Amino acid sequence: MSYFEKLRNDFPILQEQVNGKNLVYFDNGATAQKPQIVLDELAHYYTKLNANIHRGVHTLSQEATSKYEEARKKIQSYLNAEFEEEIIFTKGTTDGINLIANGFSRGVLKTGDEVIISAMEHHSNIVPWQMACEHSGAVLKVIPISDEGELLMEDYKALLNDNTKLVAITHVSNTLGSINPVKEIIELAHKNGTPVLIDGAQSVPHMKVDVRELNADFYALSAHKMYGPTGVGVLYGKKEWLNKLPPYQGGGDMIKTVTFEKTTYNDLPHKFEAGTPNIAGGIVMGGLIDYLEKIDWQKVAIHEDELLEYATSQIKEIEGIRVVGEAKHKAGVLSFVHESIHHYDIGTLLDQMGVAIRTGHHCTEPLMDRMGVTGTARASFAFYNTKEEVEYFIKSLKRALRMLG
Amino acid sequence: MSVETAAAEILEDFDLFDDWEDKYEYIISLGKELDAMPEAEKVEENLVKGCQSRVWLNAKQEDGKVIFSADSDAIISKGIIALLVKILSNQSAEEIAKNDFSFIDKIGLKEHLSPNRSNGLVGMMKKMKSYALAYS
Repeated sequence: MSYFEKLRNDFPILQEQVNGKNLVYFDNGATAQKPQIVLDELAHYYTKLNANIHRGVHTLSQEATSKYEEARKKIQSYLNAEFEEEIIFTKGTTDGINLIANGFSRGVLKTGDEVIISAMEHHSNIVPWQMACEHSGAVLKVIPISDEGELLMEDYKALLNDNTKLVAITHVSNTLGSINPVKEIIELAHKNGTPVLIDGAQSVPHMKVDVRELNADFYALSAHKMYGPTGVGVLYGKKEWLNKLPPYQGGGDMIKTVTFEKTTYNDLPHKFEAGTPNIAGGIVMGGLIDYLEKIDWQKVAIHEDELLEYATSQIKEIEGIRVVGEAKHKAGVLSFVHESIHHYDIGTLLDQMGVAIRTGHHCTEPLMDRMGVTGTARASFAFYNTKEEVEYFIKSLKRALRMLG
Repeated sequence: MSVETAAAEILEDFDLFDDWEDKYEYIISLGKELDAMPEAEKVEENLVKGCQSRVWLNAKQEDGKVIFSADSDAIISKGIIALLVKILSNQSAEEIAKNDFSFIDKIGLKEHLSPNRSNGLVGMMKKMKSYALAYS
């Protein structure tokens, strides 16, 4: 059995049928499927371990606390963060970005300051900054992109100035698949004295990220896109920055002492973790990290590139189809449109044939405007997908187009 | 023809089909047969909420009957709205307003359409009802 066949067998849902057909799951950009270990850990937590953490004197609470904190350490090591308190558990990427946007809007940004994002951001890396700017009087600046879907780096350099207080950029575009040169983006920003937040939602399913090597100031990700459960994620932040920012939400766990006159806040990471967290999600992330640590990410990159290249070359041969997003460096995303057939019709008929893709604007409406489309059909791959599945997808797509033509 | 009879006729058509492909080809053909909607009616206020594609729906009243016109930029959505128009156009406003749209379940439309599409369906039904209520 090949390396990827073995990996594929770790994901029970891939054996399922949909509409009477074998499931071909090409909607990994929306959420990835879960390996057995994640399912087992989830069941184990609720069967054997369930208790609230950080305050109980009883055994279960202490065990759950220790597993939860162990997971934090594993994530720290996986992302190569310097300190474990730099790992903040969140609900997901959106939550992490909102936490920083909120902190910046109340603690850093002033009238006339500027925040830089790009034209290919997901709404969750646009709207929080719009809100932060609205609140603080700062101005949002947007790095334009090329027709191929690459950031225009010269324009980026020109946007950096003394007023730039933050750069927030996606590592990998969820719609186009473009892998952005985040290391260079961060270097340039740092030369300008500006911190950088990286939206890592779409990168971590495809690669192992080293936050110190990138020198990112903040890195936000979701567990569910990296083969873990929904409702939990991580915000990495450099300690010096996290200490500087005000707390996001108030509540239990984030305080040292509370009186009606004055409340003092807890230390990192608890300062940003108000309320009972997603304990099961956090603990399961620990098991997930064990699983991901064993994956050969170089092999994954080669395999996913092969799938993407094959799918791209096949789809380009179909009359009327145009690929949207042709950056040199891409990660597992194939967005396309047909000159006369609506993407929604394509997605609907593919579903009948067991192929799950995403259609619509992919929460990137400004990017749709930039690319001159109202939406796209998007096939997004993970390491467990196969060349046979791509072949079936192409065959099914041709059949759908025949029916719709 | 009553709403029930019109729906029963469509239901009979659907019953002839064994597989999804025939069902969808039927829906697509309904879309293609739908009377063209005047371009002037394809405006924001006639858009149906909750569809991923754009679906326009308009209504007028003639001789006590509600006449619907519709269009969509997606052919399957157009087929679905065409099906609803086929059943509900030319009925009295009162008839449409009191209809519980149970024919949708009988046709098995919801099962055969993705949840998003079903959401679109809900939006279409709501808009048809709101026109009917305005005229009754």
